[in-house]
Order: sequence, then C-alpha cells, then structure tokens
Amino acid sequence: MTTTTRLLSGDVSVGDRLPELVYPVTATTVVLGALAARDWRPMHHDKDFAVNRNGTRDIFLNTPNQAAWFERFVTDWTGPYGRLQRMTFRMLGSIFPGDTMVFRGEVTDAGVDETGCGWVVVDISVSVDDDPKTTCKARVALPVTDDDNPWERTGDRWRP
Amino acid sequence: MSAIGVADIERLIGVGQYEEEGEFPVEQGYVWTTCASVENGNPLFWDEQVAEEVTGGPIAPPTMVSVWFRPHHWAPGRTAQALPLQVHFDLKEGLGLPEAVMSDNTIVFHEPVRPGDRLRTRQILRSVSDEKTTRLGTGRFWVIDVEYHNQRGDLVAVESYTGFGYRRAGAAEAAGAAGPTGGRS
Repeated sequence: MTTTTRLLSGDVSVGDRLPELVYPVTATTVVLGALAARDWRPMHHDKDFAVNRNGTRDIFLNTPNQAAWFERFVTDWTGPYGRLQRMTFRMLGSIFPGDTMVFRGEVTDAGVDETGCGWVVVDISVSVDDDPKTTCKARVALPVTDDDNPWERTGDRWRP
Repeated sequence: MSAIGVADIERLIGVGQYEEEGEFPVEQGYVWTTCASVENGNPLFWDEQVAEEVTGGPIAPPTMVSVWFRPHHWAPGRTAQALPLQVHFDLKEGLGLPEAVMSDNTIVFHEPVRPGDRLRTRQILRSVSDEKTTRLGTGRFWVIDVEYHNQRGDLVAVESYTGFGYRRAGAAEAAGAAGPTGGRS
C-alpha cells in the first residue's frame, strides 16, 4: 500500500467483493491481540483457564482485537483515504489457535450524503471452515474525486 | 456503582454516568502494537509524511478507542475501578436479572484520536424495554451508549451496546444458546 492508493466512491458498485484475507491463527495471534487491546482476562492467554473455567477448547480471540482485524481488512481495500464511519458487530462463535480465519466482504450499499461525502456499506464476515464466527457491517467514507479527502471533514460536514 | 431498579430507569435515561478520564494519554507505542497484532500496514500509522498529508498528523486506528480505557494490569496505588460497562451491571443487579448477553454493538467514529490525546468517557442509558420472554429466559433489553471525548471536548466516538438481562428459562437451554462469546455478563 502506498499513499497513492485512493479508492474513489465512483470506483465501487454494489455487489463488488473485497479481496479475501486468509490468516492462520496461532496462540501468539490470540495472546498478541489480547495484549494489544489491554484485555487481561485469562481466557485470552491461559489455556488451562479457558478449557477448565470457560469450557472452550482453547484460548480465543478477543472482541476488540477482532475489530482491529476488520479495520485492517477494510483499509487494505480502500487505502489510507478510506475513513471509517461506523461498524456494527455480531459475535456468533469463537476463533481458536489452529483455525484459519477467512475474511470476506461485499459492498451492499453506496451513495453520497447531503454534504457531498461519498460512502459505501460493506458486509463482512470472518469464517472458519465456512462457518461465520463474527459479522460486521461497516460504513466507510471514500473520496469522491482525486482531490477529495474524507479526513478533512469535521463538524456538520461529517455525518457518520 | 449503584443498582438501577425499575423506579430509577426514567430518571437515568439520557443521563451521563461514570464519567472518567483514561489512566494514560493515547500513545504511539500502543498504536504500533495493535497494528502489528493484525499486520495492519496502513501508512497512516507508520509513515509520518503520509499521516501529515492525509490526516494532518499521526492518528490512532479508530477501532482502538476503547483500548485507551483499559488500564495497565497494575498501577501503583490504584483502587478499584468501575467496570467498562458498569451501567449494564447496575441494571442486572437492580432488576434482579442474573444472566445477560450482548446481542450486538456498534461504534460510530467522529473526530480522529491522536497520540497525546487525553480521552474522557461516560456511559448513558438510552432505553430499557418492558419484560420480554425469549428462548434464553424472561428479562429486559437495554441499550447503553459509551461516549468518548477528547481534551478539547470534541466527540471522538460513540459505542452502543444492546444487552438482554434475563432469568433462565432452563439452565441447559440457556447455556447452549449463549455460548462462550455470547457477550460479557
């Protein structure tokens, strides 16, 4: 990715799919994610606790870190000019070491708001063996033209 | 920390509670730790020139907003703190609903968060439903907003949580439905 990556709202159509992201999860992935989110709860780093107290088969990825994964998935596609407006998460199941996460996303809506800000809605899921574990509906602002920058919007001109 | 009973609900709807300032300022090191944990190569977080050009200087990943309120594992002289979603626990206690799940949550992003910012947060109860019965049991749905502001008073983000506090209809049925990630309880 470089600074010249600038997905424009006009480049995107409903039905477009984001490039798939496949990532093998290890215990390090889970622990690093928990520490990055300052989530010290033992089910995210202590397998004995996770198995014997939580009844899960292993430690599992925490929610705030999954949000960070979804953000990365979206901005890998948009480049740095993509500015998140809102994200809605639904947790369906856990992700464990040994799982291979697959992130998929599809554009389900697009438009330009009354202030001239371009936006798209992307329905995303992270699945393991085609079983969705978390879904996320993300709305992200995109530049309308090459000299537009959603990050310059503030106050009444930013309606997320 | 005080239980919220049925008689308190109307008085507390829309009222900011548990306002607090983060224990430490937003820091670049933790931005890199988070980006590394998900291999996020967005140059906004790694290249000062790009950050200057696109966002007028460095920013933190928007999804990190709640991270700035999770304290270090230990700090000298620290006393007990409110839980991150204390209003949720106050409702559970005051309404006598021992179990709870979070059905979904939404984050809306406003002004960017920047290294050095000192963020403040407060919790606002938005709604509590009448009693309803679901496959989990009988209880109430509620919506709690968590607002985040920076030191200039700008709104930077709002998280909305929809929770369902309940009494179990049957232990086995509820355990199967809630699952290990059914939300904090």
